[in-house]
Amino acid sequence: MADATTGVRARPLSPHMQIWRWHVTMAASILTRATGVALYGGAILLMGWALALASGPVVYDDYVALLGSIPGKIVLLGLTFSAFYHLFAGLRHLVWDSGKGFTPAVADRSAWAAIFCAAVATLAVWVVAGLMGKL
Amino acid sequence: MAGYRTPLGRARGLGSAKTGVGHFIGERVSSVALVPLVLWAVWVVIGLAGGSFDEAVAWIRSPINASLTILLALTGFYHMQLGMRVIIEDYISKPGTRAALLLLNLFFCCTAAVLTVLSVLKVAAGGGAY
Repeated sequence: MADATTGVRARPLSPHMQIWRWHVTMAASILTRATGVALYGGAILLMGWALALASGPVVYDDYVALLGSIPGKIVLLGLTFSAFYHLFAGLRHLVWDSGKGFTPAVADRSAWAAIFCAAVATLAVWVVAGLMGKL
Repeated sequence: MAGYRTPLGRARGLGSAKTGVGHFIGERVSSVALVPLVLWAVWVVIGLAGGSFDEAVAWIRSPINASLTILLALTGFYHMQLGMRVIIEDYISKPGTRAALLLLNLFFCCTAAVLTVLSVLKVAAGGGAY
């Protein structure tokens, strides 16, 4: 096993993502990271809001108009789902940290639950926003 | 675990950097704090959406709103710095590029946190400039 010249032992490699059959825990894991990256962008929007507010009414009105435009609303819809999904996935991780929930059946169910809860919460937020006349 | 180490690594007596636990705990603690803060933020965004500048100024002048916004920003930028760091360490193996991206991520998150906090404080504590 050991290479005589470098002393580096041949290490086991895991197969590349493309040859795995998709399953829900894998999708849930990738989605956790993807929504985390999306929320990085969301935090930049929060910074932009604070900067716009500190820059006075002209800049603030432009910023709010940008967020309220159709592309702005699509981004905010994606961020709503990202926030809820990342939150539920985070709760899942906290349960795992306690040493529970690792059996395949439970992990599958909690993955579906996180996706389902995030979708329902996102829908609820936008329905409430619509009922308040914000859309 | 000793079986996975190279003879060279064993000879040098190197193990982990011994700083992983701090990162792990920081990520978990900030995630717990972010659960109520993010739920609060979603509720706030619905309320402020489409509102006027004067409404937003009046809102941020409440000490509770300003404090929670600052806590959200500090906790959020800290948590995302930790998360992006893991992503960079997972996917970028070239040492120079990795170091550059890690520094960029750290500096960006720190700058964003300061900009957000100072902007909030300026409006929240400002003497009615608008």
